[in-house]
Amino acid sequence: MNRAAVIARLAWRESRASRRRLVLFASAISVGVAALVAIASFTTNLETSVRQQARELLGGDLVLGGNRPFTPPVAALIDSIQRSGHRVAREVRFSSMAFVRRTEGIRLVDVRAVNAEFPLYGQVVTAPAGQWRRLAAERIAVVDTALLVALGARIGDTLELGSKSFLIAGVASEMPGRIASFEGFGAQVFIPFREVGGTGLISFGSRVHHTALVAMPDQRMARRIVYAHRPLFEKEKVRTETVGDFQSDVTDALRNLSSFLQFVGLIALLLGGIGVASGVGAFVAGKLETIAVLRCLGATRPLVFAIYLVQAAALGLVGSGIGVALGVGVQGALPRILKGVLPVDVRVTLAPGAILQGLGIGLAVALLFALRPLLEVRLVSPLQALRRAYETEDPGPRPRDPWRLVAFGALAIGVFLIAMGRAEEPRVGVGFAVAIALSVGTLTLAARLAVWVSRRISRLGGIAARWPYVLRQGLANLHRPRNQTRTVVTALGFGVTVLATLYLVQGNLLKQVSLATLNAGGRANVVFVDVQSDQAAGVEGLIRTAGLPVIQRVPIVPMRVATLRGKTAEQIGEIPQPQRPAPWTMRREYRSTYRDTATTSEKLVQGAWWGPRVTGPPWPVSLSTEVAQDLKADIGDSIVWNVQGQMIETRVAAIREVDWARFEPNFFAVFPTAALQRAPHSIVVLTRADDAGTRARLQRAVAERFSNVTSFDVALLQRTVERVFSRVALAIRFMAVLSLATGTLVLLGAVAAGRLQRIREGALLKTLGATRRQLTRILLAEYLALGLLAGVVGIGLAIGGGWAMTHFVFKLDFTVPLLPLAAVLVVTAALVALVGMAASREVFRRTAVEVLRDV
Amino acid sequence: MLTVQKLTKVYQSGGRPLTVLKEVSLDVEPGGFLAVVGPSGCGKTTLLGLLAGLDVPTSGTVRLAGEDIGGLTEDARARLRGEKVGFVFQTFQLIPTLTAQENVQVPLELRGRSDDDPAERARELLERVGLQGREHHYPAQLSGGEQQRVAVARAFANRPVILFADEPTGNLDHVTGARVVALLEELNRESGTTLVLVTHDPALAERARRTIRLLDGAVVDDTGATA
Repeated sequence: MNRAAVIARLAWRESRASRRRLVLFASAISVGVAALVAIASFTTNLETSVRQQARELLGGDLVLGGNRPFTPPVAALIDSIQRSGHRVAREVRFSSMAFVRRTEGIRLVDVRAVNAEFPLYGQVVTAPAGQWRRLAAERIAVVDTALLVALGARIGDTLELGSKSFLIAGVASEMPGRIASFEGFGAQVFIPFREVGGTGLISFGSRVHHTALVAMPDQRMARRIVYAHRPLFEKEKVRTETVGDFQSDVTDALRNLSSFLQFVGLIALLLGGIGVASGVGAFVAGKLETIAVLRCLGATRPLVFAIYLVQAAALGLVGSGIGVALGVGVQGALPRILKGVLPVDVRVTLAPGAILQGLGIGLAVALLFALRPLLEVRLVSPLQALRRAYETEDPGPRPRDPWRLVAFGALAIGVFLIAMGRAEEPRVGVGFAVAIALSVGTLTLAARLAVWVSRRISRLGGIAARWPYVLRQGLANLHRPRNQTRTVVTALGFGVTVLATLYLVQGNLLKQVSLATLNAGGRANVVFVDVQSDQAAGVEGLIRTAGLPVIQRVPIVPMRVATLRGKTAEQIGEIPQPQRPAPWTMRREYRSTYRDTATTSEKLVQGAWWGPRVTGPPWPVSLSTEVAQDLKADIGDSIVWNVQGQMIETRVAAIREVDWARFEPNFFAVFPTAALQRAPHSIVVLTRADDAGTRARLQRAVAERFSNVTSFDVALLQRTVERVFSRVALAIRFMAVLSLATGTLVLLGAVAAGRLQRIREGALLKTLGATRRQLTRILLAEYLALGLLAGVVGIGLAIGGGWAMTHFVFKLDFTVPLLPLAAVLVVTAALVALVGMAASREVFRRTAVEVLRDV
Repeated sequence: MLTVQKLTKVYQSGGRPLTVLKEVSLDVEPGGFLAVVGPSGCGKTTLLGLLAGLDVPTSGTVRLAGEDIGGLTEDARARLRGEKVGFVFQTFQLIPTLTAQENVQVPLELRGRSDDDPAERARELLERVGLQGREHHYPAQLSGGEQQRVAVARAFANRPVILFADEPTGNLDHVTGARVVALLEELNRESGTTLVLVTHDPALAERARRTIRLLDGAVVDDTGATA
């Protein structure tokens, strides 16, 4: 008979009585596999959809854009493209205050002035229908529904933008292109392209984006144009994007997100692996006699090992299979859940690659984790079948099994390889593997410590001996043979770690933008930008008339870097890496300010501020740490700035660390007052009003008198940020809950594994006179101790991990919210106690005689 | 069939050496029926384990069916057991997850190659021990006597040359135990299998053709010893 067939048949028959239990162990990995499959296949579908809809999303095959009107050579190029038969859509986009006189509603909006060709691809659906076409000939506006709600306006009202008024003709219910909520904030208002000139909205210092969108029959043509005119585009600071660039950008972004989410899925899977290990361990422990008999009957060690390995593999496959089915189901539901967040309509199809990968990884994890407990079957002596007496005989110290080391090595390498396979960058994979190893190591150590402490307590006289019996007995359960302390603490503690870390990081990030923080200490909460020099007195007058303080007045001077250490951008481009400054630092428009002291959100890290009698040129200049780093600039380096055509020579005198998280005007470059005060500039004015009505009235008053001045209500901005954040947080929380769900499944498996032993002990205790109440308390003491331990260690790890992420990745202050963490601890302990008690029902249900007769 | 010379077994117990068997020597001829008797803890089971190659002696040799099992690896001993040895245990030791028939098939399937069809041979043996119609019952669905009869059938499945039985009637009532022993004797006669029985039941020992008595790990009496 074929050997493989014998193994398969014996494995199948032998698993008969325990299949239900095996499926429970297997389900531990299902959640993780489900997460992986759902994420991977959803990403695949999303990528496909993005590829198919890329033209609509980008708005054209080639997009040319810049922060100033196209210069004559660029305009000529666009004209020539248009003359050669390609459709060209134009857009000018900027922020402005929109005002509806009837309702006195005012809001900062995102104005998009578009020509008749816009959009090149896709359809705009308006309500009432057919309003979009009117943009070509009439002075109307098509707006977001949200704007009507915010302004209390309705279709037919007049919308004032600057000095012009537009009839609100309809709302855009469908708009091809990227989703609005992630594109800055504020609702969108579409107006005719030709009307933008007369609004008076575009003044010195305004942030305006000019775009030309070109339709082309194929991508190569777009790429050729970009390639052929690259010097022109670079010289004229025109940004280009082809459909191909866009696709790969979006795909990269999606992959990064997917890779992050898959790591969370992987954590759930690894947790499941711990469950498999504990389940297999308990399963093997229950099979010792059977194994001994098989050995008596002539089964060799490799054969016995193979029989149980096949069972473990089958368990892995079943668990992965359930996971794949779940994952496919979840994936089908995702587009509905994420509707409105995703930039594209996603068509859900089965992704065979993701499914196979899920099965493979699930199987691999199950086998890797099962390996070590399975090795025990090789060590079962056939003598154990003869008499139990042999079990009690002291076999002396057990010989070291080199295969245990091999199994451990295989597990470590396997987890590392799986992590590397999920990571977009090797660094991330290594970091992940190290973080896992540290967490599991700490949890294992803590569990061992707990076992040791519990043993000490049982042997201790004195105070511990006077503890109630049920407490002592419950705690002693933590260290008795075949205890589940390590499994439960490791698996559940890990789940708590993931959940609490995510919670802490998110909480600390949100705190930076929270209303309480923003409103604290009389900080500004209304910001007026693009105030021209001659308007400053007027704006401040309005603020004071409203009885409010002018908290800050900050001049803004737009400029670019002309030369760095005597080199132009082109010459800088030739410097070899890694000495070459980052390209963005030479390209971007800097909105700098001048003043002679640091603000509260800045900290000097290098150099010194200039004194009151500063002279130039060269003038001293202070850079933020980010810019200094990317420019590769040090104290004393020379930088020449192009300020509206005038060259200003400077030397780096100070480098500042800036807390960008505060909603305050902060700058990459700060100049001495004497250097810039005569340069053309706009002004930002900050004030504070506690009452929302006062804020709105002030904004309205300023908008009426100075149409080009834009204002922000920080509280509104705050709400927008929080809304965006909460959507992202939802996904992260979902994944964290997955981890906890797996931890609970592992806990269930662990409790089920020790079930028989519990029932017997319970029966024995009953025989010896223990009441139900006492039994309940013993179990409760044990499970509460386990839950508290898992919770405390998990939260401790989370505080460490959260601090590291907040401090090193986000570079923010870290605080520990004690109350919510205490709640996590209580919930963890309660969960363990609940699951433990529920799984121990049989201990109470079965009578002592019934159990003891079975033994 | 079985030759044992100066067999000694020392265990470590609580860090101290404990001699369980002291220089035991004996011979069993093919087709013989040997009973090993003695009080609890005298080393009977240890001796059985060593004779069957389940364990290795501290010193001395065991030759089983012509092979010195001291020189075999653990897995080679397992294969030898699979081909030449049958077992009956006091606690039956049926695999609880297999049916009666599947339990009997195990030794044949483990051996891999066989002239017999395992299922056919198992049914035959179960019929022989009087369990026809019970083939598909699980051990838990059988009485103690029935379980031990399945164990006997299993012990004969691979046509062993020698069969070891460890207190085969220890967990059975008197009448059932007698039936199982009768069955063992019959099969022993029919197939010429050598039978080695460990027991502390004097009535059972009397049925053996030869009895050795162990006390504190040493042979104190051997009815078959040649002077």
